[in-house]
Amino acid sequence: MSSATDIMVEVKNLDAGYGDKAILRHISFSVHRGEVLAILGISGCGKSTLLKHMIGLHPPLAGQVLICGEEMATASGSERLRMLRHFGVTYQSGALFGTLSLLDNVRLPIEEFTSLPDAAIDLVARMKLDLVGLRAYADYLPAEVSGGMRKRAAMARAMALDPEILFLDEPSAGLDPVTSSGLDALILRLSDALGMTFVVVTHELASIHAIADRVVFLDREAQGVLAIGTPAELRMQTAHPRVKRFFARAAEEVLEERKG
Amino acid sequence: MIRLAGRLDAVGAAQAWSALKLPDPVQGVVVIDASDVSYCDGAGMALLTRLRLLGRQTGCDVRVTGLNDQIQSLMDSIDLNAYVVAPQSASHKILLTESVGRGVVGYLRGTLAAVSYVGELTYLLIRLARHPKTLRWRDWLRIVQASGLNALPIIVMIGFLLGLILAFQAAIPLRLFGADLYVASMVGVSIIRELGPLMTAIVLTGRSGSAFAAELGAMRVNEEIDALETFGIEPVRFLVVPRVLAGTLVAPILTLFANFSGLLGGLFVMLTLGFPNVVFWNQVRTYVTYVDLLEGLLKATAFGFLLSAVGCLRGLQAGRDAGAVGRAATRAVVSGIILIVIADGLFAVLLYCLRA
Repeated sequence: MSSATDIMVEVKNLDAGYGDKAILRHISFSVHRGEVLAILGISGCGKSTLLKHMIGLHPPLAGQVLICGEEMATASGSERLRMLRHFGVTYQSGALFGTLSLLDNVRLPIEEFTSLPDAAIDLVARMKLDLVGLRAYADYLPAEVSGGMRKRAAMARAMALDPEILFLDEPSAGLDPVTSSGLDALILRLSDALGMTFVVVTHELASIHAIADRVVFLDREAQGVLAIGTPAELRMQTAHPRVKRFFARAAEEVLEERKG
Repeated sequence: MIRLAGRLDAVGAAQAWSALKLPDPVQGVVVIDASDVSYCDGAGMALLTRLRLLGRQTGCDVRVTGLNDQIQSLMDSIDLNAYVVAPQSASHKILLTESVGRGVVGYLRGTLAAVSYVGELTYLLIRLARHPKTLRWRDWLRIVQASGLNALPIIVMIGFLLGLILAFQAAIPLRLFGADLYVASMVGVSIIRELGPLMTAIVLTGRSGSAFAAELGAMRVNEEIDALETFGIEPVRFLVVPRVLAGTLVAPILTLFANFSGLLGGLFVMLTLGFPNVVFWNQVRTYVTYVDLLEGLLKATAFGFLLSAVGCLRGLQAGRDAGAVGRAATRAVVSGIILIVIADGLFAVLLYCLRA
């Protein structure tokens, strides 16, 4: 990958949605190498839809999504396969393959796409699990471990082929604050140590402040991007009331009334 | 003026609901005195709201007095506009022609999807024959065990029952003509040519067809299929091909077992009728040919392919809600049985023409 390309993911004038109904319009932003970008908004604003378009699960209704400078939607079969190598994805529910152990889950992409000997695959997979702190659980089935461990195993699997970009769909959903901050620490460690680029779809304020370099704020009413900037910028100086309310947690207004 | 007293809860509101009518307004105002109301909950609020709405309709102002402060503030926060029922707009009656049209379009779309699926599946199966290493053998053997070996007891049991019932029912009329010897050949021919393959296929549809649909449907709900796609692993190659291969191989083998146990059922009846063992097998050997057996096994193979393919297709087509898996399994069984019956008919014609 040419070092001149600093922009890993570029979204150009994207209309995102299903069928003929666009949920988001004219979305444009880019993700730089090594940064952690958070995509936020209230529930139902289209965060997961946007993510599905970015990873190529749905073709864009209009506009383009470029991964490392190339467009996935118009790529042919083998080109697409090559482009998929650039990134890994974790899903809200973990989406681990239920009949395979954690180790076999991580092994699967390596077995399918490399011709490494079995012993090498085993070692690489165990190292990935070790990276997320699950070395002792290699032979457990997904149903036998906790939700937080499943999410970590899913990250190990997403990283199995050493992608440059990792897309995380609501990584903290359903996790307690302690496990959630553990996951945040892991993301920071990977970002620093491996120089990986992260795109995290979330609405957890604590995570955003902990890990995000920049934030893209989506809005349902505006059907688009309301603000892009660092978490500090969005919280302090931004003019838009809906963004301010998100960061200040509007429920506080009601709590104030009760106290007063 | 209306005076309300006592508990304004679900019981109270139920009693008062239809009975209460708004009195004539005094200078355009109707007052509801609620100062003797000891308790008011959601049902009570609904009653009061209804009265206010009624007032709106008849053009007078309904005021509720005497409520405590918290309830009063809740009442004030209710936006009456949100609860006004708009006059029923001329409801869009869906004409029969429209619904028939939609049904046909939906059906054609489904057929198109099925055709492209069959094409993809056939291509992948041929490719598998050229590159056997691409199949994950250990996983495949697990599927074969689940759909084949584990089905053996029920197949043998139903096969035996089928042969038994067939022989017994046939013996009754044939006895009248002293032709009960021919029960043996009748059971043999029926089971080996038709009922063995058909019954095995139907049991397999209920067992394996629905299992495949449920497995793949659950994976769809759990986003595992999305995960495969984003890895670039085609779901049809990774999930469907092993299952279809297993189903196709397992069906004729199970049919052999079904055939044999069906014959045993017939034999049992013949023995009770007084015929010796040897006579039964002689009759079967005389009237049933190896061609019959091969035709039956050919049918079984085709049925196996159809039921596994459609089971997997229904699984991949499952929605993402809680009921999706159940619906996928049901559709798999129904579609599977329909396809088997149609295929059986086509085979009947085909084999008849081939013999002639």
